[in-house]
Amino acid sequence: MAMTVHCDIVSAEKEIFSGLVEMVIAAGTEGDVGVAYGHAPLLTSLQPGPIRVIKQNGEEEVYYVSGGFLEVQPYAVTVLADTALRADDMDEAAALDAKKDAEKRMQDQSTEFDYASAATQLAEAAAQLRTLQAIRKRTGK
Amino acid sequence: MASGKEIRTQITSIKSTQKITSAMEMVAASKMRKAQERMLLGKPYAKRIRSVVGHIANAAPEYKHIFMLEREVKRVGYILVSTDRGLCGGLNTNLFKAGIKSMKEWADQEVEIDLCLIGAKAGAFFKSYGGNVVASVRDLGETPSVADLIGSVKVMLDAYAEGKIDKIYLVGNEFVNTMTQNPHVNQLLPLLADDNEKLKHAWDYLYEPEARDLLEGLLTRYIESQVYQAVVENGSCEQAARMLAMKSATDNAGDMIDDLQLVYNKARQAAITQELSEIVSGASAV
Repeated sequence: MAMTVHCDIVSAEKEIFSGLVEMVIAAGTEGDVGVAYGHAPLLTSLQPGPIRVIKQNGEEEVYYVSGGFLEVQPYAVTVLADTALRADDMDEAAALDAKKDAEKRMQDQSTEFDYASAATQLAEAAAQLRTLQAIRKRTGK
Repeated sequence: MASGKEIRTQITSIKSTQKITSAMEMVAASKMRKAQERMLLGKPYAKRIRSVVGHIANAAPEYKHIFMLEREVKRVGYILVSTDRGLCGGLNTNLFKAGIKSMKEWADQEVEIDLCLIGAKAGAFFKSYGGNVVASVRDLGETPSVADLIGSVKVMLDAYAEGKIDKIYLVGNEFVNTMTQNPHVNQLLPLLADDNEKLKHAWDYLYEPEARDLLEGLLTRYIESQVYQAVVENGSCEQAARMLAMKSATDNAGDMIDDLQLVYNKARQAAITQELSEIVSGASAV
């Protein structure tokens, strides 16, 4: 059996996941990182995107985070998420709506416009959709 | 001995006080449940970020953020988290006592003290007690938001970053259970190392992206979460303390009513006896 490492995923609102895992795959700001047992200490910020957790029995769970930090110690992984959602609870229609809305706002230059906030919203919606697609691919639907 | 009428008025007034205190007790009990929920939701994050920051403080990094550097202490800052309202027993008094005790230790070493006060009660107390207040927030309500706190905390952090303050303490109440709340004084800055044996050797993180940007973001988040958690925790302490204080006030009012009722009955009995004996002696005189 593969070596496991303890993983905690917490958001400012609540504890999302805590337990032994074989691997954690997260979207760091400099690219995706996969962390298994014995990884060198690492500190990275996260961009909006999915976090995949492969549990002891090979079972996989997907969470969505909107940003935050990831800390790796050889024996433990901690994800400090800004907001985290269980991917199963995510609503694809709402994510699509948010994406469309953000895109519309980006194109609509005439009104008073906050580019940064629209770009953030777009990135988050796109990341949520990516998360959902990752789940869908896995379940083969 | 007071006359029957006087005692009756007194009993009525105590009864109406008792009604108020028992209503306040029930209100505090229901608010406490919500406040406790809010506290428990934030706890895991606050705990984890504290341990992560504890690890960082243990590392031997190439880049040391200003929040990690120990300096000679000339001026310390205190962030005090108190309640906005009174009638919550000794909660605030105990907190101020603990804060002042720790401040006195610094004052004895001729270190100056700056205060950042959260909650109206701290404002009122330090107005009469004295102290250099650099920032204060009040009227946070029952659902405090991080945004309300950031401004005043930033005053302290900026002063720290500029080198005006060399240490920052956070004074708040710890919620042990409904019966017990303990005031505590924790050092917020510079960061305190976690006493984990596994981390005692020299090591450093890999940082993605640059250590400077990363630590800046993480440490700011850390301070915000610690102060926010302290405020939320103090909120549930406040409700618990108020519930207890009001419960004992209601009980005391009940005891007083019983005592007064006894006095009233005795006075009434005495009056009747006296009237009877007057009638009897009057009749026998005829």
